[in-house]
Amino acid sequence: MFDWLQHFADWLIYSVLKIDSPSKLGDALNFFVYDTIKIFILLMIVTLLMGTINSYFPIDKVRSFLTKRKWYGLDYFVASFFGTITPFCSCSSVPLFIGFVKGGIPLGITFAFLISSPLVDAVTVAIFWGMFGLKTTLIYVVSGIILSMIAGYTLGRMKLEPLLTDWVKQLLKNKQDLSEYQEETLSFIQRIPAIANEALSIVKGVSLYILIGVAIGGLMHGYIPTGFFEEYISKSNPLAVPLAVIVGVPLYSNTAGILPIMQVLVEKGIPLGTVIAFSMSVVALSIPEALLLKKIMTTKMLMIFLAVVTICIILSGYIFNFIL
Amino acid sequence: MALSIKILGPGCARCKSTFEVVKKAVEQTGVQADITKVEDLEGMMKYNILSTPAVVVNEQIKISGRVPTVEEIKKLLN
Repeated sequence: MFDWLQHFADWLIYSVLKIDSPSKLGDALNFFVYDTIKIFILLMIVTLLMGTINSYFPIDKVRSFLTKRKWYGLDYFVASFFGTITPFCSCSSVPLFIGFVKGGIPLGITFAFLISSPLVDAVTVAIFWGMFGLKTTLIYVVSGIILSMIAGYTLGRMKLEPLLTDWVKQLLKNKQDLSEYQEETLSFIQRIPAIANEALSIVKGVSLYILIGVAIGGLMHGYIPTGFFEEYISKSNPLAVPLAVIVGVPLYSNTAGILPIMQVLVEKGIPLGTVIAFSMSVVALSIPEALLLKKIMTTKMLMIFLAVVTICIILSGYIFNFIL
Repeated sequence: MALSIKILGPGCARCKSTFEVVKKAVEQTGVQADITKVEDLEGMMKYNILSTPAVVVNEQIKISGRVPTVEEIKKLLN
């Protein structure tokens, strides 16, 4: 799919700029040109695609979907699935949580949505696709959905409602009638400007991170010998996955800057499963999000939430390393 | 009577740009309006919103979950 781009990068670096091939500088620059352009193309495709689906299934509609019909256990899947296409900003986590629970959606299903929404987002999917190929990306997306379902179900079974903070309990007690969801009746053409604007603003928001990430990745690609990390972080080291995840949990970052570096780490010998688990922990949980959730959850509930999600991510890291 | 416009959002980047957009739109139209930021979660949850940033005009939710354009806000104000 991207052969033409590789030809372009080769031509630019070796013919136009007249840099020796092979050379460390040439390798690094070639990597930078090829990967940046590829990621930006995929990013536009994925954000437009997800934006289009999201335009037809906005979060209010998902909520009325989940409250109005009986799903007989499929709700965990529905919540996790729609979580993946809903763009997420950690500052929305509280309104979302309260809005779902107030609408009568069980806590566990709300959690499933809350976990899958940041875990599988357009930016992560696009960069994964660009860096690791379509197969790995599908594995990431599917396992992200399964992980959210399992973590949500586990949290749901724990009956954590009494551990919500008082003002939230008060809010839930006075259930107000939720206004009926009004679907926007716009044609596809009428939706395009909003979808394109949103996609552009997402791409713009992460572009600097991508440039820096790919630049660092390019340097490492050119200057670090292949297999360099194998000695330190190998599949046989059982502590590598939990360590990577625990380092990733407090980090607040989008995957934009991290994944290009990760790809090089994989090339230099770090197992892919460990990298996937690390990325999951970076996007799914962060200190700023924990601080926001602290307003609706008591410390005990927050700790349980963080622990369940962390354990699920560590387990999936092991599973990835086993199957990949 | 001045319009009451509230921007709901706990102070994230998108909420700040929404505030700027609304301010610009109000300046351009010359409408009398009180623009307030609602940043505390309890105040925010009085409204039936699922995602932020949200724009509330005269206690009615007009936009939620995205940063609007200046043109869009101008239309709302007229």
